[in-house]
Amino acid sequence: MTKLTRRKILQTSAGAAATLPLIGAPAFGADPLKVGFVYLGPIGDHGWTYAHEQGRQDAIKHFGDKIATTIVENVAEGPDSERVIRNLAQDGHDLIFTTSFGYMQPTLKVAKRYKKIKFEHATGYKRSKNVATYNARFYEGRAVCGTIAGHMSKSGVAGYIASFPIPEVVMGINAFTLAARKVNPKFETKVLWVSSWYDPAKEADAAKALIDQGADVIAQHTDSPAALQACEQRGLMAFGQAWDMSSFAPKAHLTAIANKWGVHYIKSIQGVMDGNWKGGDTWWGFKEGVIEMTPYNERIPADVQAAANATRDGIIDGSAPAFAGPFNDQSGKERVAAGAALNDGDLHKMDWYVEGVQS
Amino acid sequence: MNDAIIISIVMTVVGAATPILLAALGELIVEKSGVLNLGVEGMMLIGAVTGFAVTSVTGVPMIGVFCAMIAATCAALLFGYLTLTLSSNQVATGLALTIFGIGLSSLAGEGYVGKTIDIYASVFPAGLAEHSFFRVIFGYSPIVYFSFFMTFMVAWFLKRTRAGLILRAVGESAGSAHSIGYSVVGVRYAAVAFGGAMAGVGGCYYSMVLTPMWAEELTAGRGWIALALVVFAAWRPGRLLLGAYLFGAVMTFELHAKAAGFSLVAPEFLAAMPYIATIVVLALISLRKSAGAKAPACLAQPFKAST
Repeated sequence: MTKLTRRKILQTSAGAAATLPLIGAPAFGADPLKVGFVYLGPIGDHGWTYAHEQGRQDAIKHFGDKIATTIVENVAEGPDSERVIRNLAQDGHDLIFTTSFGYMQPTLKVAKRYKKIKFEHATGYKRSKNVATYNARFYEGRAVCGTIAGHMSKSGVAGYIASFPIPEVVMGINAFTLAARKVNPKFETKVLWVSSWYDPAKEADAAKALIDQGADVIAQHTDSPAALQACEQRGLMAFGQAWDMSSFAPKAHLTAIANKWGVHYIKSIQGVMDGNWKGGDTWWGFKEGVIEMTPYNERIPADVQAAANATRDGIIDGSAPAFAGPFNDQSGKERVAAGAALNDGDLHKMDWYVEGVQS
Repeated sequence: MNDAIIISIVMTVVGAATPILLAALGELIVEKSGVLNLGVEGMMLIGAVTGFAVTSVTGVPMIGVFCAMIAATCAALLFGYLTLTLSSNQVATGLALTIFGIGLSSLAGEGYVGKTIDIYASVFPAGLAEHSFFRVIFGYSPIVYFSFFMTFMVAWFLKRTRAGLILRAVGESAGSAHSIGYSVVGVRYAAVAFGGAMAGVGGCYYSMVLTPMWAEELTAGRGWIALALVVFAAWRPGRLLLGAYLFGAVMTFELHAKAAGFSLVAPEFLAAMPYIATIVVLALISLRKSAGAKAPACLAQPFKAST
């Protein structure tokens, strides 16, 4: 039995009208585990935040009334988010997910004061005892897209609409190009930077400019379906971003990489319930089910679908990682030898392009 | 470069220029009457969501454009009521209108995310736009031709009509206009309403022509470029047309150059170009003391008639 102090009584009675205040509530299942989510955008953005919300729904379905969740939408990155995170912490949440890169410092700052609460920060790189980070291996999905593009493209040129030259985006471009060149050794990826995550008009213009330069398939690391629509109008092909965007371009939409955060959320919540939550970094992909491809367009022939699945399966069982050598960098110099592959550390600071990328 | 690429570039420039030209034409009239409405972005978004929603329900783009004008005009009149009748601060109210427009449009558009409509495309017979050369002339949405027509109309209105003269008088010297019997507030209300209608058409060009879909903040800050454009053009419709196409070219040319393998300057620099150009023009205006190129003397000054 823990020693009762005035402060502890105050702390716990602030929670609920519990009869057994000092004994770990989850073990008894009386009190649900309180889980908080901080979202960058609105749930209805049908993109990043939407995917996290789906993950939360999966967790609710899995745990039922064993958890009580709280969400806060439209939280601007920066000081405002610190206030929101602190509020959640004060409200007695046991586990708080902060789902955007810009919440990194605020999460760490709040976590310092609330040492008993577990925090998980998406896409960040700074951790502490009670702050873990998590991300998904989107580049694995890009490799599957690359395989499809390599088969489907007649011109052998893909356009790639990119946002900002950070490792996350660069590794996507490289994984896509490597996979496509395995199919068609002359394949080229033309990259256009639009300096925005979301600017439909500019993304559409970029798609048109790429198409004019011979690209007949467009991939994107920006959030709007504008490029897909441009391809639909011209009878070409494109990949969706973050969710199934086929309703915008039923003919052009080949497939998309969908984020399934629920897998991770369920595991983390379970960890906190069982008292064996560990910090550190989680970087999951196809294997763990955090990303998956949305249904293939029926215009993709069966053998190409099989090839795409083979790329995915090779990544899952480790027989053919996305960044397995041999391959050269943009200048034609060998970067990774046969039999070798890039490790996570290399990927996290990737600032160079593979052969076949034009940017 | 072959013909097809040049034609495609011309057409993307037109696409980038048209909405900012429309919105800027409206704002030009508003500012000429002495009102500064910084809510262009908000009104464009309200126009964009209304145009899309109405078109997807009725299937008739004409009605969509019309309703976009009405909805954006209502938002503009709200701004008018606050600033003209209640004499609130125009800058603060305009910014509030932008924020209001962003919020309202995302709320109203929630049910339309993920849907598409047919592009409000050329009204000319398909055969006419088939040849690549004729496509440059006939291949656009009616809204594009409307923007040219309105540029002409605004220029003519300001220069050649009595009403245009009154509008300018209200903007240059509200007190004098009032003392000879013109209703300053009435004229400004009309100007603000016109500004709203034009922003509405500009906004729905995004959701109905350029990217036929609705998503939150679809215009992605183009309303601010329209505002900058008015200053860049030194409140002259002719220069506004020129400026809109210059801004449009700057916004799209880099993409084409990059895609073709030329790298001119950093894309971030080009994204900043419209604003840099505007600052340069502002500096030039204040250096040169000629009368014609100045901001309306009563810009952003509230007017209250003394009884």
